[in-house]
Amino acid sequence: MSDDIRSIETVDESLMADHGNVGDAAFRGISTGSGGIIMVILAAVAVFLIAQAAPAITTGDPRYGNLWGYVAPYLFGTIWISFLALLIAVPVSVGIALYISHYAPKKLATPVAFVVDLLAAVPSIVFGLWGITTLAPMLVPAHQWLTEYLGFIPLFSGTASGTGRTMLTASLVLAIMVLPIITSLTREVFLRTPKLQEEASLALGATKWEMIRQVVLPFGRSGIVAASMLGLGRALGETMAVAMVLSGGRMISPRLLTSENPNTIAANIALGFAEADSGGVHRLIATGLVLFAITIVVNMAGRLITGGPRKESR
Amino acid sequence: MKYPRTSAALGCLIALMVTACGNKTPTDGLSGVVQGTGASSMKSAQEVWVAQFQTAHPGVTVNYSPDGSGAGRTAFADGAAAFAGSDRALEDAEMAAPSRQCAADTTPINLPVQISTIHIIFNIGGVGELTLSAEVLAKIFTGQITNWADPQIADVNPGIALPDLPITPVHRSDDSGTTESFTGALAQIAPATWTEGPVNRWPTRYGGEAAQGTSGVVAAVQQGNGTIGYADASGVTDAMASARYSPDGIATPVGPTAEAASAVVAASPRLEGRGINDWTLELDRTASGYPFILVSYAIACSRYADSHTGEIVGAYLSQVISEEGQNGAVPQAGNVPLSGELAASIREAAATIR
Amino acid sequence: MSTPANDPRAAAQHEAEIHLTAGQLPGYIGPAVFVVALVVSATVLGLLGAFGWIATVLLAVIGFLVAMFALSTAVEGRRRAVDRIARYLILGTFLLALAPLLSLLFKVASEGIIRFDVTYFTSTKRNVIGAGGGAAHAIIGTLITTGMATVFSVPVGLLTAIYLVEYGKGWMKRVITFLVDVMTGIPSIVAGLFAYSLISLMVGHGSKSGLAGALALSVLMIPYVVRNSEEIIRLVPDKLREASYGLGVSKWRTIVKVVLPTSVSGIVSGVVLAIARIIGETAPLLITMGFTASMTTNPLPTGGSNMVNPMTSLPVFVFYEYTRPGRPQEAFLDRAWTGALVLVLIVMVLNLIGRWVARKYAPKINR
Repeated sequence: MSDDIRSIETVDESLMADHGNVGDAAFRGISTGSGGIIMVILAAVAVFLIAQAAPAITTGDPRYGNLWGYVAPYLFGTIWISFLALLIAVPVSVGIALYISHYAPKKLATPVAFVVDLLAAVPSIVFGLWGITTLAPMLVPAHQWLTEYLGFIPLFSGTASGTGRTMLTASLVLAIMVLPIITSLTREVFLRTPKLQEEASLALGATKWEMIRQVVLPFGRSGIVAASMLGLGRALGETMAVAMVLSGGRMISPRLLTSENPNTIAANIALGFAEADSGGVHRLIATGLVLFAITIVVNMAGRLITGGPRKESR
Repeated sequence: MKYPRTSAALGCLIALMVTACGNKTPTDGLSGVVQGTGASSMKSAQEVWVAQFQTAHPGVTVNYSPDGSGAGRTAFADGAAAFAGSDRALEDAEMAAPSRQCAADTTPINLPVQISTIHIIFNIGGVGELTLSAEVLAKIFTGQITNWADPQIADVNPGIALPDLPITPVHRSDDSGTTESFTGALAQIAPATWTEGPVNRWPTRYGGEAAQGTSGVVAAVQQGNGTIGYADASGVTDAMASARYSPDGIATPVGPTAEAASAVVAASPRLEGRGINDWTLELDRTASGYPFILVSYAIACSRYADSHTGEIVGAYLSQVISEEGQNGAVPQAGNVPLSGELAASIREAAATIR
Repeated sequence: MSTPANDPRAAAQHEAEIHLTAGQLPGYIGPAVFVVALVVSATVLGLLGAFGWIATVLLAVIGFLVAMFALSTAVEGRRRAVDRIARYLILGTFLLALAPLLSLLFKVASEGIIRFDVTYFTSTKRNVIGAGGGAAHAIIGTLITTGMATVFSVPVGLLTAIYLVEYGKGWMKRVITFLVDVMTGIPSIVAGLFAYSLISLMVGHGSKSGLAGALALSVLMIPYVVRNSEEIIRLVPDKLREASYGLGVSKWRTIVKVVLPTSVSGIVSGVVLAIARIIGETAPLLITMGFTASMTTNPLPTGGSNMVNPMTSLPVFVFYEYTRPGRPQEAFLDRAWTGALVLVLIVMVLNLIGRWVARKYAPKINR
């Protein structure tokens, strides 16, 4: 009873024009300010990183030369492992997304989607533990087989690692980690395929797969690219799983199956931060800045490809 | 700063249900919190020392973050750690720029508190014994000998059947004081083959498998076949095979034993020109026949600007270097207890900290 | 085709049932061929002396696909055959993704159950040598830092979302939308470096605390909150807003009294999912929070000594227990795995809660 009265009062109060205006201005100010905070935080991230990285950018290290000489191998490793991860993850993700959106029985689709989302939430350190204790030893025979029979392909050449802690294993772990991100986004896009077009295709006698190839995939292409870019962003920055699983060093080598692999920027930071002297910390932060710049570029590229800002319409 | 306090209170509330929330009444004069940061190779031993010390002084909390030697030295210099654990002593330049937490016009002191052996562990399908000479060892770790059947290995291992198996040398992927000690020894015993000098990050051009942390190296060696790696004693179990070392392959090979480590430490002179309480050792690795010794230091101020901190650090380090501390850590860290005259001198030095 | 074609699935099924120009393989043929392929592959590999589970299944799958393609081409025609193979491959990708998840969950559960006892949740590692002890301090540490990060992130994230949907226009809206996207892509280690630098500058070099960790987590959490809330707030039909304006209610009251209550379940669910995403972060906390074996409940850097007040979080605890074990090693590894199990359970429960809230309290918006 009293509640009702109060709510009536509230409405009355808000009907008073000037009161509403003050509140409106304040609320608009607060929410705009929050948007501003986002800008400030990002600017702060950039400024702090640049400030901390500056000494390393301006002065080189006698052992590595300038910063680019130092970071280049790690940059290669970062891009190479992310590329491999995407190469594995994108087709699989598209397959899962299609399964959920077009193949799975309705009752199964929701739990399946949940299971895939669960994969996304597993902490990276758990992936690292699993990769190093389960996946790597499991893949050792595959490594030996590949080097033995397919060793003539440069990627598979060299001596097979005895522990399985290689580029192949690490990129597989990364692929599993980015898979749910790509899946959930492409799934959304596939579900938005106009029903009429699908039905028209089927009515013309197309098989289901022909319908998907001619209607669903073209419709979802930009969505797949955008999702892949997001997955790429995650793969580029993944730290713990790579640091734990990959047997990495500072080198440029595309081989997949040997013990000697290029490390990634993020893993190198995690591995080197503890023992770094102050010059080393600056250098590591500078590499972090490079990584940050790359993720921004990837993000912008993704948006350019998908065409403008996402979902403008309400 | 309203939010942090709120959640702190919340945390405390949850904690209250679990244990008492801090502020235990001290049974003796000492109480407070002291931060130590440093070598991860000292983590196991520090856990024992901290436990012993906190049991004796329930009002005190000593936090040891095993962030790494470098992080420890940096934190000490920045005043972010009252003491550091480090796999090497401070260099002269670092001594000259002491931490601001130290009283004016005093220099920090370096106390060797943990002596351990670096084991050269291997896993060669069933081979239980292996002897390595300086040259062979350096050549294996620089990738110049790549197969266990190599005659150079067979020469120093008469009577042991080594399989035709590729060698996978395993090293640390992270920067580490253990790597610095190991490569320092290599540089001393085989300078012609190991040309990189002491480094804390393994030189990539020498190849081999990289693994994170002592445990990573141990796991990689155990998982693989034909693997060989180096790890400090805290991570090595008795079940693992460790190689013995003979400088030229002819002299009687020596394993990573406590006697060998003690002999190295006993033969190593103290670095001259530092304060009376500084016990930086100039390690003479060739003294005992087993050169892979890791000496870890506690780095502290001789006088703290804050006498309360000084009192706790002094008491803690005295505990560390005490017989109870040194022997108590053995089952956990596999260290070689410091004893005799040297231990007594370090004990005296630790007691002067305040 | 007399079936009402409003469901393509039903239509496809129907299409598969009728015989237009070609015959059709009976339903049991698929499983039957797969079993045969499995047996043949196992036998062949066994005879070659190269038997292994992965190799067997791999070979069987390839054999199955080839056999089915041949059979289907012969009986049903080429187009149907391609369709069939596509269907198998798509189902295969799903099973392929399921395999690592099951393997991971099994590994974590079987290793983690060993120390999944009361002591693990009620005691810390203070004064624990070797076996025993627990991770209460790490669990509390994770709850405090994640809680703080949530308290920092939700207001900023939610209000930004409100700005983007209700107020934003022009360049500022575009810029903020873009920056939120950029922020989503910040590598967690970079967020850690940022918090480390910030706290170093504000408090003192090398300062470590729960607060620093919470700051790093906030940087990671805010964009999730913005995105999730923005999407939900956008779903509130304009009809509701217009009805409210029509009664003369001001815009901010409309937002607070109509828009937010309508979308509250979605927002809560979004926040819970955002928490689930950051609660397992390791790398940024490794460099910002320090490490202790004792219970720390004060997240401020001033609570300890030397501007360092280390707080252990569960992922960092797992990391150190696993990578820097003492003796007996098993005791440390068991503690690490149990920590991993607890993390996975927390994340799972948060996910379930998020979904449950979203469904249970979803407003009935007519579509």
